Amino acid sequence: MNLKSILAAATLGAVAATAAFAHDHEVKIGIAAEPYPPFASVDASGTWVGWEIEVISAVCEAAELHCVLTPVAWDGIIPSLTGQQIDAIMASMSITEERLKTIDFSDPYYNTPAVIVGDKALDMAAMPEGLAGKILGVQASTIHQAYAQEHFADAAEIRIYQTQDEANQDLVAGRIDATQADSIAMADFVSTDAGGCCEIKGSVADDPAILGLGVGAGVRKGDDELRAALNKGIAAILADGTHDAITARYFKASIY
Amino acid sequence: MTGWRAFLQPHRIFLMALFAGLILWCALSLRWDWLPEYAPLALEGLWRTIWILVVTVVLGFALAVPLGLAQAIGPWYLSAPAKAFCTVIRGTPLLLQIWLLYYGLGSLFPQFPWIRGSELWPYLRQAWPYAVLALTLSYAGYEGEVMRGAFASVNKGQLEAARAFGMPRRTIFRRIWLPQAIRNVLPTLGGETILQLKATPLVATITVIEIYSVSSRVRSDTFIVYEPLLLLALVYMIIAGIIALAFKKIEDRVPDRPRRG
Amino acid sequence: MESLLDTLGLSQSVQLLSLSPPGWGGNLLRGLANSLQIALGAFGFGLLIGLFGAYGKLYGGPILRDLLAIYTTVIRAVPELVLILILYYVGSDLINQAALAMGYGRVEISGVVAGIWVLGIVQGAYSTEVLRGAIQAIPPGQLEAARAFGMPPLMTLRRVTIPAMMSFATPGLANLWLIATKDTALLAIVGFSELTLETRQAAGSTRAYFTFFLAAGALYLIVTLFSGALFARIEKWARRGQPSLKGGTK
Repeated sequence: MNLKSILAAATLGAVAATAAFAHDHEVKIGIAAEPYPPFASVDASGTWVGWEIEVISAVCEAAELHCVLTPVAWDGIIPSLTGQQIDAIMASMSITEERLKTIDFSDPYYNTPAVIVGDKALDMAAMPEGLAGKILGVQASTIHQAYAQEHFADAAEIRIYQTQDEANQDLVAGRIDATQADSIAMADFVSTDAGGCCEIKGSVADDPAILGLGVGAGVRKGDDELRAALNKGIAAILADGTHDAITARYFKASIY
Repeated sequence: MTGWRAFLQPHRIFLMALFAGLILWCALSLRWDWLPEYAPLALEGLWRTIWILVVTVVLGFALAVPLGLAQAIGPWYLSAPAKAFCTVIRGTPLLLQIWLLYYGLGSLFPQFPWIRGSELWPYLRQAWPYAVLALTLSYAGYEGEVMRGAFASVNKGQLEAARAFGMPRRTIFRRIWLPQAIRNVLPTLGGETILQLKATPLVATITVIEIYSVSSRVRSDTFIVYEPLLLLALVYMIIAGIIALAFKKIEDRVPDRPRRG
Repeated sequence: MESLLDTLGLSQSVQLLSLSPPGWGGNLLRGLANSLQIALGAFGFGLLIGLFGAYGKLYGGPILRDLLAIYTTVIRAVPELVLILILYYVGSDLINQAALAMGYGRVEISGVVAGIWVLGIVQGAYSTEVLRGAIQAIPPGQLEAARAFGMPPLMTLRRVTIPAMMSFATPGLANLWLIATKDTALLAIVGFSELTLETRQAAGSTRAYFTFFLAAGALYLIVTLFSGALFARIEKWARRGQPSLKGGTK
């Protein structure tokens, strides 16, 4: 056996393995283990519910993938993907340049602006001067953390939380004055009893380099087959109205 | 010198060369380019870790003395709550205690608006007071149990002798009982302090910025996983080594306990 | 009963903690079962490492002894949280690379197995020290007698060493078991659905932080107290036929 035939056999084996992987094996979809309503949270019976959970199952169905939800700590979700504990990330993760250095993304399946939510009693605006002297909470490893550190770090004190839920909790408690997060999740939050303390103070100025190009499914670099399958699924549910139907059950307006 | 010669056996030289090679490999082939950018933050985090460790060990020990005393000789209405406190602290995970103190108490604030008007509010807004409180209570709970045994094991004959000389009770406690009890626990104190050091990274989960949270920050900003964690492990090993050495020095300076039996 | 709960303002908490949805009690118990499973596995795995480690430290060659010394020193100096993160990422990376190199596909590692592997390695370092101390405490005459009768080493281990060291090792092992149950809480940070993470999810969804953290604390405490009683009985059983240690030294 010469080197060429060994290489050929190895390539063939690898192709066979990846082909089998896409169709027979289950695809582990990583979601954040911490609650992120209304996109993904656990209900009292222990099942995952929310807009994104429904989208995941619709995409997988359309792409004919056998998907399994795998909750992973948000903070370690990218290392979990590269470390092969999961195969894709569908956890409201925005497609950013920084992340594209490490992983690949599918086409976006939703896109919403980032907003500042603050205590009703306080006067503030979603810009550096408007947040001077305030305490701003953000979730770790998010575009909001990156944005706040880039644009607000000089004006405001920034506190980093493991989950958005904890930042919301401290906003209600009054330990922080404001939080920067996704507009939909925040609209949901201020409509709850607990969120009554607070209101949306406005959207932050766009910075596409940090805020990214919408939310997509993260896959390992080079895993083009899974990426293509997910793209196909996303395109299919956008085309046949499934995406709109799911959205209508949760939100008043389209979020694509 | 003989100690060194005994240490430097041929296989140890080989092992050391192996480890030196491993460290060299780590230094050369892993990514360290993030280090200069995060060095100031890391130093700040290191300082915060050491500060929290020292403050909570001192406060926790101060609290452990009455807890141990109450359990050793207190009347039931003092010893029962002290014992219950130690059992609860030792029987539940510290992470849960920290979250209960921080988020549990925090969830009560909106119901009591006057808290926000109080003079304590600027402190209650910060995360570090909760971290210090939780770690202090934890250390007191573990060390209180140790102190109970230490008080009980002081030679009764010495206390009786002191009483026979007409020494007031306070003086007996200050001059004879407490110093001997502390000498009894000294060998375990170093170990307990290292355990406390290992508990400090948990406060990162309530937004306190210490050395562990800096490594998480590097991981989330740059997606470099192993390098910050390996460096972090090394930092903790160095601090633990310094603590062990320091307590050994203190122990060496304290006169040996008299041999009994 | 209900009016009493109402007056105490507890009826809402009782509702939140009820075992079937909309109560979250079932989730907490499921989390507790996961925690106990991981703790039990890690404790067992740790004991296995500890037994080999103790033998290696006592009877191994100089290189093995030094390597074991490094293992126990490093594990006991670095925070469990950091070790868990390193072992969690390194472990699955290594296993997958090995599997790929051997031509298998990716290996499925369930959360429970990963948790057992990670905590087991941490426990192993402490077990090594506990068991080493216990083996050393066995009167040497007993082991020499076994050897003099021509007992093979494995039989000596099974018939003499393990039964004789049980009484010395039980207090230390009881402590290790409690550490194992509490350390499972740290796995919440890597996203395992054990008791602490289930508690956090329930608390986050209902905003009843106080209720759920207290309930989880009570569950952990019950486990601790129950295990304490169990280990006290084991120790008594292991000490059967030995002179009482109390009164002897003090």
